[in-house]
Amino acid sequence: MKLHEYQTKLLFAEHGIPIPSGQMTMNAAEAKSIAEELGGKVIVKSQVLVGGRGKAGGIRLADTPEEAEDIATQILGMKIKDLPVRKVLIDEAVDIRTEIYLGITNDRTRRCPVMMASSEGGVEIEEVAKTHPEKIVRVGIDPLLGLRDYQARYLAASTEMPHEHWRDFMSITKGLYQSFMQTDATMAEINPLVITADERLLAVDGKMVLDDNGLFRHPELAEMRDRDEEAPDEREARKYGLSYVKLDGEIGCMVNGAGLAMATMDVINLYGGSPANFLDIGGGASADKVAAAIQIILRDPNVKAILFNIFGGITRGDEVARGILSALKKTPSDLPMVVRLVGTNAEEGRLLLANADMETAISLADAAKKAIAAAGAGEGS
Amino acid sequence: MSILVDEHTKLLVQGITGREGLFHTARMIEHGTNVVAGVTPLKGGEWVLGGKVPVFDTVKSAVETTGANASVIFVPSRFSADAILEAADAGISLIVCITEGIPVQDMMKVRRYLDQMGVRLVGPNCPGLLTPGAAKVGIIPGDITGPGNIGVVSRSGTLTYEVLLALKQNEMGVSTCVGIGGDPINGTSFVDTLELFEADPLTEKVVLIGEIGGTDEERAAEYIRDNMTKQVVAFIAGKTAPPGKRMGHAGAIVEGGEGTAEDKIKALAAAGVMTADRPEEIPELLK
Repeated sequence: MKLHEYQTKLLFAEHGIPIPSGQMTMNAAEAKSIAEELGGKVIVKSQVLVGGRGKAGGIRLADTPEEAEDIATQILGMKIKDLPVRKVLIDEAVDIRTEIYLGITNDRTRRCPVMMASSEGGVEIEEVAKTHPEKIVRVGIDPLLGLRDYQARYLAASTEMPHEHWRDFMSITKGLYQSFMQTDATMAEINPLVITADERLLAVDGKMVLDDNGLFRHPELAEMRDRDEEAPDEREARKYGLSYVKLDGEIGCMVNGAGLAMATMDVINLYGGSPANFLDIGGGASADKVAAAIQIILRDPNVKAILFNIFGGITRGDEVARGILSALKKTPSDLPMVVRLVGTNAEEGRLLLANADMETAISLADAAKKAIAAAGAGEGS
Repeated sequence: MSILVDEHTKLLVQGITGREGLFHTARMIEHGTNVVAGVTPLKGGEWVLGGKVPVFDTVKSAVETTGANASVIFVPSRFSADAILEAADAGISLIVCITEGIPVQDMMKVRRYLDQMGVRLVGPNCPGLLTPGAAKVGIIPGDITGPGNIGVVSRSGTLTYEVLLALKQNEMGVSTCVGIGGDPINGTSFVDTLELFEADPLTEKVVLIGEIGGTDEERAAEYIRDNMTKQVVAFIAGKTAPPGKRMGHAGAIVEGGEGTAEDKIKALAAAGVMTADRPEEIPELLK
């Protein structure tokens, strides 16, 4: 789950990281009054969960409260990478002397959190990794020991900041580590962390991604999910415990198991078709869940055929067949369907579907070819 | 011979009184696994499956009474890290965690602690282990494969079943099937499992089933190139997966350009490993 910049910075502030004064708002008139309260110049920042806000014109400086209102009006009417901007953050504008990068993420290979610092702040860290990999310094943190002082000093040294800022910087690294660990985050970054003309360290921008599997420990953070920023189908899928990723092809897929769902997409592609989605109904899926999955696939206007590939283990073939039938009763569809059931109770499932108008397939390759042919036939008619 | 589990395995089931735990314990016993005990806190003293398996409150008391030497975990994700640590602390040397959805930070701490104790964990978020005809620890269906000389190691569940069935249809049997799980941080890696297969006299060939995300397959390729004498063939799922999207498994995501199927297939090819275009093609590559 991604957090907005304003949410991230408030969490940072709770852990002692200094942030600019500011406030989020959803309307332009309020943007003006926030700017008045802050006094002086402000920066108006769109709050959308995608990168490249600056380049898209979604981050702009305002000299006066009136200008802040104008700019907020414009930004609140924008779309950035197809996402409508619904919120803006009004922050005090600061006089920046130096920009630093400071971030933390989980390193899969080292199996521990890794904190990274770079003197090249203000640009995307992936970009720095490509152009100046030597300018990123990483320290692996033992999750049982936590971030140690010497590691924070090592990071401070790597950014070449003057000694007088080290104490504040170390306190920021500690705050970042705590906010990362205490929220079950998988990524947290301050970019840029700036040194201002009046010698303050400030987290001017921040990003955080939380581990969905850790949210049960943090109901207050789960509440922060911005439902407006989720695609409706992905939101619906999450409600039913389905893993769904929309793609732009023509063959809707419903599969049990993530690996098999990916393999099904790959095999469709291998034979010249294009998958409309990734959809894993998970282990032991009930008829209700299956029905919800089908509804999601049917809502995609690009879908020309549906392929069901179920390898029964925990999931039972008859249960899946019941789900398919109940969904089609609720939402009848003329789309051609190909079904492949193998494993636990597959025979019972096939019997249940015998009267439905569906093609059956034995192997995955067979199923993919039939679905591709069916999608093509639909196109010609 | 086989790896990790065989007829000497004395298995303990953590979460045995739950719906999944009970269902799969019955399947494991049907397959001939010696299930000696179950653990569910506050249910100690009960017996399950018609009086066949005693239930204990703690892993420690179950081990003391029954001599269990392996544990399989079916408890809900929020209690799983604790269950793994409890098993390790009670002296269990092989822990298999089936549960999906354990927070990454829990797994980082658990893994660090287990490494210090020298305990082997398989999983989490995995289908477990199967040595056909001898022992089943987990949820891999026993009827889609039979005993033989092919070792199978996989990050996936149902995709592994697909391959097992394809092998069976080509009259190829399996020494042991190891599901290492789809999480970004797990216990046993591809390399760990390949080392065991290389040393196992009964295993003659190995099937590796990988997927997008991380670099475990790349490290496996290096190990195969430098250390393996046995033939390895592979399938990698997720060629058509878009970058930046998590494909069902917590670990199945291409991030910052790392973890693509293309890179993995290339690394494996450089190590002399053929990768199948579709799972059903695996038996042909083994011939």
